[in-house]
Amino acid sequence: MLTIKRVPTVLSNYQEDASESRGCGRNCLGKCCLPVSKLPLYAFKSDSKRPISPSGATDDPPADFFLNSLLLGQWEDRLNRGLFRYDVTACETKVIPGEQGFIAQLNEGRHLKKRPTEFRVDRVLQPFDPAKFNFTKVGQEEVLFRFEDGGGHTSLFFDSASVDEANPPSVVAINVSPIEYGHVLLIPRVLDCLPQRIDAESFLLALHMAAEAGNPCFRLGYNSLGAFATINHLHFQAYYLSVPFPVEKAPTREIPIAKGLADSGVKISLLMNYPVRGLVYEGGNTLKDLADVVANSCIWLQENNIPFNVLISDSGRRIFLFPQCYAEKQALGEVPQELLDTQVNPAVWEISGHMVLKRRKDYEEATEDYAWRLLAEVSLSEERFQEVKAYIFEATGLVEAEVEDTDANENKGTYQPTTASTTHFPEGCLVLQ
Amino acid sequence: MVALRLCPIATIHDHTGTSPPPAAVAMAEGMGTCRDRLIDQSLTARYSGWILEALDELPDNFLISDPVISGHPIVFASRGFLAMSGYAREEVVGRNGRIFQGPATDRRSVMEIREAIREERTLQISLLNYRKDGTPHWILFHLCPVFAMEDGRVIHFVAVQVPIPRQSRCSRSGEREMVFGTCRNEVRLDEDCGCNLAVDSFLDMDNKGLDAEESCKASDREKEKALNAATSILSTMTHYSKLTGRVVCTKRCSSAGIVPLSSSLNISLGRIKQSFVLTDPHLPDMPIVYASDEFLSLTGYSRHEVLGCNCRFLHGPGTDAGVLQQIKDCIRAEQACSVRLLNYRKDGSSFGNLLHISPVRDASGKIAFYVEVQIDENSKSDEHGLSPKMRQLGVVGQVKVAVRSLSSRAGPSRTSS
Repeated sequence: MLTIKRVPTVLSNYQEDASESRGCGRNCLGKCCLPVSKLPLYAFKSDSKRPISPSGATDDPPADFFLNSLLLGQWEDRLNRGLFRYDVTACETKVIPGEQGFIAQLNEGRHLKKRPTEFRVDRVLQPFDPAKFNFTKVGQEEVLFRFEDGGGHTSLFFDSASVDEANPPSVVAINVSPIEYGHVLLIPRVLDCLPQRIDAESFLLALHMAAEAGNPCFRLGYNSLGAFATINHLHFQAYYLSVPFPVEKAPTREIPIAKGLADSGVKISLLMNYPVRGLVYEGGNTLKDLADVVANSCIWLQENNIPFNVLISDSGRRIFLFPQCYAEKQALGEVPQELLDTQVNPAVWEISGHMVLKRRKDYEEATEDYAWRLLAEVSLSEERFQEVKAYIFEATGLVEAEVEDTDANENKGTYQPTTASTTHFPEGCLVLQ
Repeated sequence: MVALRLCPIATIHDHTGTSPPPAAVAMAEGMGTCRDRLIDQSLTARYSGWILEALDELPDNFLISDPVISGHPIVFASRGFLAMSGYAREEVVGRNGRIFQGPATDRRSVMEIREAIREERTLQISLLNYRKDGTPHWILFHLCPVFAMEDGRVIHFVAVQVPIPRQSRCSRSGEREMVFGTCRNEVRLDEDCGCNLAVDSFLDMDNKGLDAEESCKASDREKEKALNAATSILSTMTHYSKLTGRVVCTKRCSSAGIVPLSSSLNISLGRIKQSFVLTDPHLPDMPIVYASDEFLSLTGYSRHEVLGCNCRFLHGPGTDAGVLQQIKDCIRAEQACSVRLLNYRKDGSSFGNLLHISPVRDASGKIAFYVEVQIDENSKSDEHGLSPKMRQLGVVGQVKVAVRSLSSRAGPSRTSS
C-alpha cells in the first residue's frame, strides 16, 4: 500500500547555509556533494511478501504514482530542461513484421553521442577506476529521486530529504542517451562506487523497483562487462515499452529441480524457440527468495568470466538470464561482416528483441530474419549452454530431477502476467488501475 | 407569385419534344412528391413531430434548410420570418434561400454564404434581402450548421435574420452608382443568382426605397440578438433530437476531417485521471480531438461541445492576450510551455489555469498532437504531497507513452500520407 506524505526536512550534520555552494561546487553525486544534498526520496515498503495486484481501495493514492507521476513526470521535466542528448520520441520505431514481433528503432545519432566504452571487454570483473567515467561525476540534475528501502509497511515519498550516513543513498538517474521514453538508470549505493557486478542486495533493489512500478511495460535490465555494459559502475537500466518483448512471448520448459529450491518457491525454466539460449526464473515466496537465486547464478557467471545479460520482466516476477559470447566472437573475427555493419551491440534490450538501428537503410530493410541471425550469434552454443547451466546449478546447490517424459513439463510460452490485470493486455501495456 | 415545384429530373421529354408518356409523367409526379415528402419529413424525422410546434413558438425570424435534399431547400420558415418577408409558408418551404436575394444584394456576401455552407461553418454577415413585394431591406444574416452526432454530417442549416434598422447614414454617397452597376451585371451574368422576379422592377431603385446610404453594418445589439436567437433555436433542435435518438450537435463531433483516435489510444488516455486535452495541429484551427472527463468537469462543458473545437472557447475578457501569443509562439516553435492564464467555464465563471502545453509525437517520430494539461490554481493540493507541476508532467509523460505506443499503432498514422 502506498502513502505519500510530506515530512519536515531534517538538516544533516553537514548542512551549511543553503545559499552557499556545497561540496565541490558542481553539485555532483560524489562524496563531496551528495552527503550534504537534499533529493527527493522514494522509500519503498519493506514488505517481505510479494506485491499483490492493485486493489480497488479508493482512499489510497493511485498505485501508478511511482511510475506515472514520479518517474515519467520527472523524466519529462528533465526533457524540458534539455538534459538529454536528443528527443527519443522523435525517433521512428516500428514492430518488424513476423511472428516474433521484434521492435526496431531508427536512431541515427545515439551511437555518436553515447559515452564510449573505456575498458577492456574480455574481463567480466574489473576493479572500479575512479579516474574513468562513473556516476559520481554526474550532476544532481540528472537524478530523479533516491530509491531505497523504507523499512516500513507502506511506501513513502519525501520530496526533499537529506542524505544521512546510516542509509547509503541509491539513486534513479536519467539515461542521457535514452533508448525509449523513461529510460533511467538505477544506481545502488552510488557513494560506495561498486563496480559493475551483481550482488544479492543490489539485485533485490532492482526487483523492488520493478515491483513498485507495477507495470509489465516497465522492465529493468543489466549488462555485465563484456556483454556491452559501457560503464564500470554498478547500475541497472529501466524503461517503458508499450508492447511485449519477443523474449517475453517465447515458450519455456520448466527444469524440474529435485533439491535446492524447495524453500524459496522459485521455478527455473529453459527458454525455448528463441535465438538466444537462456534461463527463466520466476515465482519465489518473497522477492528476496527470487533475487537470491538469480544473484547466485550471476555471481557464478561473473566469477568465471562468462559475460551475461539479465532482463527483469513482468514487474519483477520473471527474470531472464542470458550468458553470451558475442564480444569474444567479434574479437575472433567470427561474426559475419554484414551483421557487424549494422553496428548493433547485443546488450540486454537487443537480446530481448528491441533493436536500435543506426542507419536508415538497416531500419527500412530490417527483417525478423536479420534480428534472429544477429541474436543467434550472441547465444552460447547448445553444448556450451548446457555446460554452463550445469556449472551454475552445481555452484548454487541445485540438483536437477530425472524426468522420464520430457514433454510433461512443456510450457507454452505466453505473455501472461499473473495479476488480475491480464485483461488489459490485448491493448498493450497500459497504466494499471 | 407562383410557388414552383422544382423537379429534380432534368427532362422527361423525348427528343422529338412530344408530350411524355403517361407513365413518365406519373413518375415525374412521383419524384416530385417524393421530394416533397423529404422536405415535409426533414425536421420531423429527426426531431420528432413536436419540433414544428416548438419552433413555431420562437419569436425570431429564421429559416431552416436541408442541404441533404437536392437544391438545398428551406424546410421551415418561422412566423416571424414570414411576417418580415411578406411570404406565405408554402411560398417559401421547398425553395432555395436565394429567392430572397435581389439585384442589389452584394455578390461577395452571397459568395461568402456559399463558402460557409460548403465549409459547413457558422457565418454572420450583413445582407440585403428582398421582401415579397420587392422592397429591399438590410438584415444581419446568421448561419449555423447542425451536425448529426453519429457521423458528423451536416444535416441542417439554421439561418437567423435580424433586421438592421435604418440609422444615421454611412458615408457612402459615392457608392450609389456602383451598386446599380453591380446590379445590372449581376442580373445579366449570374444565372445562378436566380432572380425569379421581374428584372425591371429593380432598376427603379428610388421608388422602391433602396438607399445605398442606408446603414448596412449591424450593431452589437443585432449581433447579440442573432446569436441568442440561434442559440435558442439550436438548443430546441438539440433537445428534440434526443426524442428520436438521432441526436444533433452544434459542433462537429466526428467529422471526415478529424480521424477518430484508435480505441487503444482512447483506452490508454482514459486511464489518466487528470484534466487534459489533445489537440490536432494538422487540422484547421487545431481542434480538440480528446478531452478527459476531468477537463469536462473542470470547465462545465460536455464532450460533444468541445470535440472538434479550438480551445479558445475557454478564453474570455480577462484572458491575457500576451499569454495567448506566448502559447502561439511556442506551438509554432514546437516547444513545450507553461503559462498561467484566466479561463472561463461554460457557466461564465473564471479560474486561474496553470496550463502546460507540449508537443506529442507518435511512433513515426513526428508530432501527432499537442497535449494541454490544466490545473485550477485554486484546487486543493494533492494529498500525496506531489506538486501540481509534477502531476502535470506526469500526465504529459503518460500521454507521450500512450501516443508513441506501438500497440495497435495507437493514434492516427501520419506516415502513410
